Amino acid sequence: MKPLQYSLSRWMEGGGPEAEIVISSRVRAARNIKGYPFSCLAPEQENREVLEKIKAAAAGKDEFSAFTFLAMDDISGLEKQALVEKHLISPFLARESSCGALLLRQDEAVSIMINEEDHLRIQAILPGLRLEEAWTETGRYDDLLESELDFVFNERYGYLTACPTNVGTGLRASVMLHLPSLIMTGQINRFLGALSQVGLTVRGLYGEGTEIVGNLVQVSNQVTLGHREEEIISNLGSVISQVIEQEQTSRQVMLDKKRAELADKAWRALGLLKYAQVLSSQEAIGLLSDLRLGYDLGLIKEVDHKLLNELLVLIRPGCLQLLAGRELENSERNLERPVQIKETLERFRRENN
Amino acid sequence: MLCQQCHKNEANIQIIKSVDGKQSEEFLCEQCAREKEELDFSFEPQFSLHKLFASMLNQNLLESRAARHAAKNQCPECGLSFAQFSQIGRLGCRACFETFEDSLKPLLRRIHASSTHTGKIPLRTQRRVKYKRELDQLKEELQVKVQNEEFEEAAVLRDKIRAMEKDLEEKQPEKRPEDPGQDKPEKDDSEKGDQN
Repeated sequence: MKPLQYSLSRWMEGGGPEAEIVISSRVRAARNIKGYPFSCLAPEQENREVLEKIKAAAAGKDEFSAFTFLAMDDISGLEKQALVEKHLISPFLARESSCGALLLRQDEAVSIMINEEDHLRIQAILPGLRLEEAWTETGRYDDLLESELDFVFNERYGYLTACPTNVGTGLRASVMLHLPSLIMTGQINRFLGALSQVGLTVRGLYGEGTEIVGNLVQVSNQVTLGHREEEIISNLGSVISQVIEQEQTSRQVMLDKKRAELADKAWRALGLLKYAQVLSSQEAIGLLSDLRLGYDLGLIKEVDHKLLNELLVLIRPGCLQLLAGRELENSERNLERPVQIKETLERFRRENN
Repeated sequence: MLCQQCHKNEANIQIIKSVDGKQSEEFLCEQCAREKEELDFSFEPQFSLHKLFASMLNQNLLESRAARHAAKNQCPECGLSFAQFSQIGRLGCRACFETFEDSLKPLLRRIHASSTHTGKIPLRTQRRVKYKRELDQLKEELQVKVQNEEFEEAAVLRDKIRAMEKDLEEKQPEKRPEDPGQDKPEKDDSEKGDQN
């Protein structure tokens, strides 16, 4: 198999509703196939059979002709890491799965994980606030696979999953938000408590167990049982709308008071990204947040969302090494990072002049 | 109420701990709670999830004899023991849901505040429901035909119904529950959920 090329995922293209705050919307459904133990505790042989079954089911459908099949055992650690960084697979699938695989649609908006904790994790990820659309996409592939496979479904508990937190709809809907103003002013803390009370969870950029960096947070539903999919999605959507409103109000207050400082911050960020010689990913993420805020407030026009999203992903270790074409130590990565950023910024300037 | 730690901020988080069956309560403000690392919802909400399950389950264990019985049990299909489940927080297969149902049901209710699915039904199941409805309709028609003494047509219907029933049984040997899409009252707690 040829090495995985570095490519832009659909969500990285940017745009979509509320794009100045919502980076992406994602919906995933967990499903298991009748007659086999759940992947996370199953013997390898059983997982191999599940994998073959799913592959065969997809092979019979025209809709899957635009999908690439990638077995975790066949791709390098770097390639797996890059897929995690682009939110196309979970860290669990990359590191711990047995007979894990990915079916990835050409535009990278739909990715289907095989033998994650559950036999199937079908997910759609789109730019902007588009939860309904993401659910429609996920549901479409759910139906397609279900027409070939018997899913484990219980009339009382719904779709059965390995983890009790996914039982029912098996649905996890999440949005990636850029909340610089709420975080800088500390107002975010009011939300954190409130969100958990309405059954939502807030996490950092890379999911479970990751810190909030670059003023980016992921908000997702915690409850999967007892509500219809549409309810889960509209509940999340309406809470997100309120968070968006608060962030916008807070940004406006900041803009009125500190316009020059905010512009200065954005321009300095661009300057550092252009000319720095050594950059850690932590620092780069912070600079990208300052730059994004400046762009969203109309204080700087030298960038756009697509470029910002691309930079957000390529500064991560896996994508960075994939772009560099070789494995790099941490200190080497801090040298390679500014090189790749510079190249990307220059390419963007050329294309937009 | 003020935070029991700093005595300054309003306490808006209640922490209930259950250690060896003894419960203790604490009221803290968000800041102190985070400092105590009792909860860390902003960064790592699922970090202690397994422990959380374990403590929820152990509580059930003490409460219910049935659950204590389940603790000795092993899933007949995948071999997962209850002890393993409460340690890793993962179920092994669909049969685990029956084996450990007595402990799982309260756990699910605590996590989701509900233990009844109201969402999507797989198309296959929907088709079976539709098939069954069709069958019910034919049975009604049969009644009418018999009442009207249209025996020839009734015999045709009867054969059709028999064939359909046989077909349904072959496809789905298990019992078909009624109306899965609606909010069912919780009174049928003792009844096992149908695994279709």
